[in-house]
Amino acid sequence: MRPTCVNKIFELAKRDPRVAYIGSDLDPPITKRMQVDMPGRAWMEGVSEQHVVGMAAGLAMEGFIPYVHTIATFITRRCYEQVAVDLCLHNLPVRLIGNGGGLVYAPLGPTHLAIEDIAIMRALPNMTVVAVCDADEMKRFMDQTLDWPGPIYIRLAKGYDPIVSRDELGFSIGKAILMREAAGRSKRVLLVTTGVATTRALAAAEELAAEGIDCSLLHMHTIKPLDGEAVVAHARGCDLVVTIEEHTVVGGLGSAVVDTLVDALPSAMPPVKRLGIPDDFAHNYGSQDQLMELYGLQPPGIAQTIRDALRPRRAA
Amino acid sequence: MANDAGLTILPGLATPLDERSVALRRLVVRALDGGARGHIGSSMSLIEIMRVLYDDILRYRADAPDWESRDRCILSKGHGCIAQYVMLAEKGFFPHEVLDTFCRRDSILGGHPEAGKIPGIEASTGALGHGLPIGVGRAMGLRIKKSQARVFVITGDGEINEGSVWEAAMSAAKHGLANLTWMIDYNKVQSAGPTQEILPLEPLADKLRAFGFATAEVDGHDIVALGEVLRRLPFDAARPSALICHTVKGKGLAFAENDANWHHKSSINKEMVAQMYGALEPL
Repeated sequence: MRPTCVNKIFELAKRDPRVAYIGSDLDPPITKRMQVDMPGRAWMEGVSEQHVVGMAAGLAMEGFIPYVHTIATFITRRCYEQVAVDLCLHNLPVRLIGNGGGLVYAPLGPTHLAIEDIAIMRALPNMTVVAVCDADEMKRFMDQTLDWPGPIYIRLAKGYDPIVSRDELGFSIGKAILMREAAGRSKRVLLVTTGVATTRALAAAEELAAEGIDCSLLHMHTIKPLDGEAVVAHARGCDLVVTIEEHTVVGGLGSAVVDTLVDALPSAMPPVKRLGIPDDFAHNYGSQDQLMELYGLQPPGIAQTIRDALRPRRAA
Repeated sequence: MANDAGLTILPGLATPLDERSVALRRLVVRALDGGARGHIGSSMSLIEIMRVLYDDILRYRADAPDWESRDRCILSKGHGCIAQYVMLAEKGFFPHEVLDTFCRRDSILGGHPEAGKIPGIEASTGALGHGLPIGVGRAMGLRIKKSQARVFVITGDGEINEGSVWEAAMSAAKHGLANLTWMIDYNKVQSAGPTQEILPLEPLADKLRAFGFATAEVDGHDIVALGEVLRRLPFDAARPSALICHTVKGKGLAFAENDANWHHKSSINKEMVAQMYGALEPL
């Protein structure tokens, strides 16, 4: 996903002179490549996220489309005021590429985990927040970043994630993708997912289907603007809605979905279970997969949450 | 003292104000009266800097604020905005009557300037430490476009407590942005007191040079000296320029000069307005 994203920037730069690239002391091979592929429009700046975001704003004010690339937690937390004021208030077409969203940097500990990036980015007016599920979807998405108005936060996963997206389902920023449709013969369960949690949730849905629990899955690659119409249409009348994200349960996809449902279906809210990272800093290291397992975000954990959530309702 | 602009200028802060400088300050009071609040000392120290920029240095078209070849003037110390509003009104970006609406609900003129609302404002500022990074990006963009337009960023002195300013300074030097000029309204007093007590900046000129800027100092109330030094930009063809403008907080209001209590007033009554006008009798 990360190489695909970066390669796409170079490809876009070759066909559009507005494209610029700013790195922040990340990935030496990129520095070499940008000097060849987009000379004069790509810079490796220092460890200075506040400046880098302001500089990107200045370039955008002059008509450029800067893609800024650094570690997710530093491009969101460290320079939050610059993102809010320089990018969102001015509504400038800057693309923030957050490397290692979620638990990717598990072995490096809580200073390097971006577990609340979606929440803080989506709180900002004019910001678009996107977390695609695999490299193929990244390709389809990046083509649309050229002319999207306003800033975009792009959450990158670890890379080399299994491909689960399908070209025939298309891709439009802000439009949810129904990646699995329940046959409708049993309890109606809707999974709403984003990023690589989609991959895990699809596997969980397969596991549950074998038990007669058939789930639909709505993939929200765009968390803001949220495709509220799709959420409401698919959630209406469900026995259970489960949101699944590699992100704190505070303010992320789950919150966005609940906000939407409360507004749209005030007297007919389906039961909602929000599955994510608890409201706490990580206390463990290991790998992304291990932490996702710890938080119940791997397929067996997701499947068990859904079974448990359905059980009391069955008993009733 | 000699400086990188090749001039020897002694800061002479007792510079008397001429008729125009007094008149411009009366327009500041007009806006303060309109809004019944505002940053007083921070606007008064900026007047001659803004006056000389808009009278003699900047290239712009008031009837076409987005003219591509204009110089980009970013007031990073957005709280001093009334000084810029006054010059924009003087130059016809909007009528003088708009000054009376300062800070009112439906005004275009807020307590900090907003791009897109006010013709001639290049960036929404007020949160400190944002102007220089934006200025670096704009200067780089203009260079790619092979534009002759220049970028001027005016910061305060307390403002440069912000680390983002120094991040941007290193970057400006790295990229050799000779089309970028950083002016510092060095009035020596920030919101809570003297800069030397809150967070000492000295030796400021040495710091700017060490960060890679061709640096000069000037009496920021001496319009002749300001014009002379600014006409020498860039001070170096391969480096960004910095100009330390030695100013007096509240300049022109004897009772408010160098007094942090006059940095900002959230309530300005008619008596205070009369007091300010009284100190600014037309010559």
